[in-house]
Amino acid sequence: MADMAATSIGQVPAAAKARRSAAERQEARAGLMLSLPAIFLVFLFIILPVGAVILLGFTNFELGYPTFEFVGFENYVELSDDRTFLKSLWNTTVYAAIVTPISIFMALGLAMLMEAEGIGRSFFRTAYFLPVASLLVAMATVWQYLFHPTIGPINTMLAMIGIAGPNWLGSGGMVLYSLSIIGVWQSVGFNLVLFLAGLTAIPRELYSAAEVDGAKSGWDRFRLVTWPMLGPTTLFVTTISVINSVKVFETVKTLTEGGPNKASEVLLYTIYQEGFVYLRVGYASAMTVVFLAILVVLMFIQYRVQDKQVHYS
Amino acid sequence: MSPNVFTFGRVVRLSILSLGALVFLAPYIFMISTAGKAQSDIFTSSLNLIPQHWFYAENFAKAWSRVHMPTLLFNGVMVCLMILVIQVVIAIPCAYAMAKLKFRAAKVMMVLVMLGLLVPIHATALPLYVAFDRVGALNSYMALVAPFSISVFGIFLFLQFFRAMPDDLIHAARLDGMSEIGVIARVIVPNAWPAITAFSIFSVVAHWNDLYWPLIVVSNQAYATPPLGLLYFRAAEAGDDYGALMAATLIITSPLVGAFLLAQKRFVEGITMTGLKG
Repeated sequence: MADMAATSIGQVPAAAKARRSAAERQEARAGLMLSLPAIFLVFLFIILPVGAVILLGFTNFELGYPTFEFVGFENYVELSDDRTFLKSLWNTTVYAAIVTPISIFMALGLAMLMEAEGIGRSFFRTAYFLPVASLLVAMATVWQYLFHPTIGPINTMLAMIGIAGPNWLGSGGMVLYSLSIIGVWQSVGFNLVLFLAGLTAIPRELYSAAEVDGAKSGWDRFRLVTWPMLGPTTLFVTTISVINSVKVFETVKTLTEGGPNKASEVLLYTIYQEGFVYLRVGYASAMTVVFLAILVVLMFIQYRVQDKQVHYS
Repeated sequence: MSPNVFTFGRVVRLSILSLGALVFLAPYIFMISTAGKAQSDIFTSSLNLIPQHWFYAENFAKAWSRVHMPTLLFNGVMVCLMILVIQVVIAIPCAYAMAKLKFRAAKVMMVLVMLGLLVPIHATALPLYVAFDRVGALNSYMALVAPFSISVFGIFLFLQFFRAMPDDLIHAARLDGMSEIGVIARVIVPNAWPAITAFSIFSVVAHWNDLYWPLIVVSNQAYATPPLGLLYFRAAEAGDDYGALMAATLIITSPLVGAFLLAQKRFVEGITMTGLKG
């Protein structure tokens, strides 16, 4: 990316500058003036802090101590051996691996059912979308009640059919799945709305054409028309879903604080604890760099897939 | 497919959709029901949706008194409003310049925007926190608002929208003697309401719900935003008074849910348009 910046600046030939008319110069000045506040703030709140995080990652800076020194890759060496951090990377991966596919396929299925069904469309859209517009911290509290091992409605219902419900948020083996349920519940509506828009954009004639060509069953039509036509939407929804799962924090902070026994320790929660509770800024910065690297890799994968994808629209 | 004929396939479809909707709405149903229950009801009959003793008034009174709800809601509204206004005022001129004016920094800015899209607040929070701590600006509206004064996503969204606007419109305005600021205020903004609405919804939903940054910079209840306030409330309640907890939850979720129910079409359009990020 840095190379891109360099070449794009370099593309303006120095000789052309002299030949520019007064009007062009005035336009350039206006353009610069109008974007100056934005440029300044991008530097102040994005570029500078990102640079600082990378630098701090190489220091032993702790808030409250007057001095700090550069320690090279010491933080990263420590990270590679930090059981909490490794556990939280693993948990985040598991969470993303559960929430992403389920929320995508559930949303796609529901979107197709709604698209095929004439009535109730706006009601269903509202119902599934409501969690997206709700305060997650608040709704997590409601889920805590639903998941309550003894008085919670879910376990009460299970007991009625003779099943002893698990301790959803309290047992190490279960907690990540329970958080995933909340994650899916919260994100399906968002994906659904995007899929609905994608489905509406598919020209009807394609389906008739596919039928003429022998695509008789619903599955054939899905495989030959719907799925390929939804390609760009699916790619986009997938990227967003993965990134949002990697950023899971609210439910963990509200409901489990990483527990029991670190079973729900996730990346952002670990960074939060190290950096803002224990105030080990240098070490937490190194974790943040890993987090940023994950985001960069994910975006990079998206670009690569996008380039290879056949565009139908 | 006439809506009056119920074939087997349609019955199956509708059943799946309805069952799913019921599951998705269940947390809301239980929230509203539990907010009206006395502690004894909650422990004995969690599946009875209609409270046996009508306890709404008591639970709401408790929720209202334990945490200063008006302050929370006021803070939420103030912070979201300040963030939104500043973001729009900063992003629109920049996006306009990038879309319609030729200047060298435009290319650099494009790279910055694309890079910025990658960087969430979680990545910049540590140095920003240290800086705010050093200048003694923690626990203030300034700390809550400042890091979000720039929305590269906003610039990106407006840029896409402005590029599609016809140049003739702008040329005509310039021939009439308008300055660039005049063009933005009287030509661009009036034609950009769909984009501005979409962005506003995106921004308000994101910042009304954000817990991470307020949790970091605010330790004083006076500046708590709704998510943070709810955390305090939970801590103060020691967890098990679900009636009051659900009442508090209901109060805090209702502004945005209400706004969503009133302006659903706009929300969905906004999400589809801003869906580029999320």
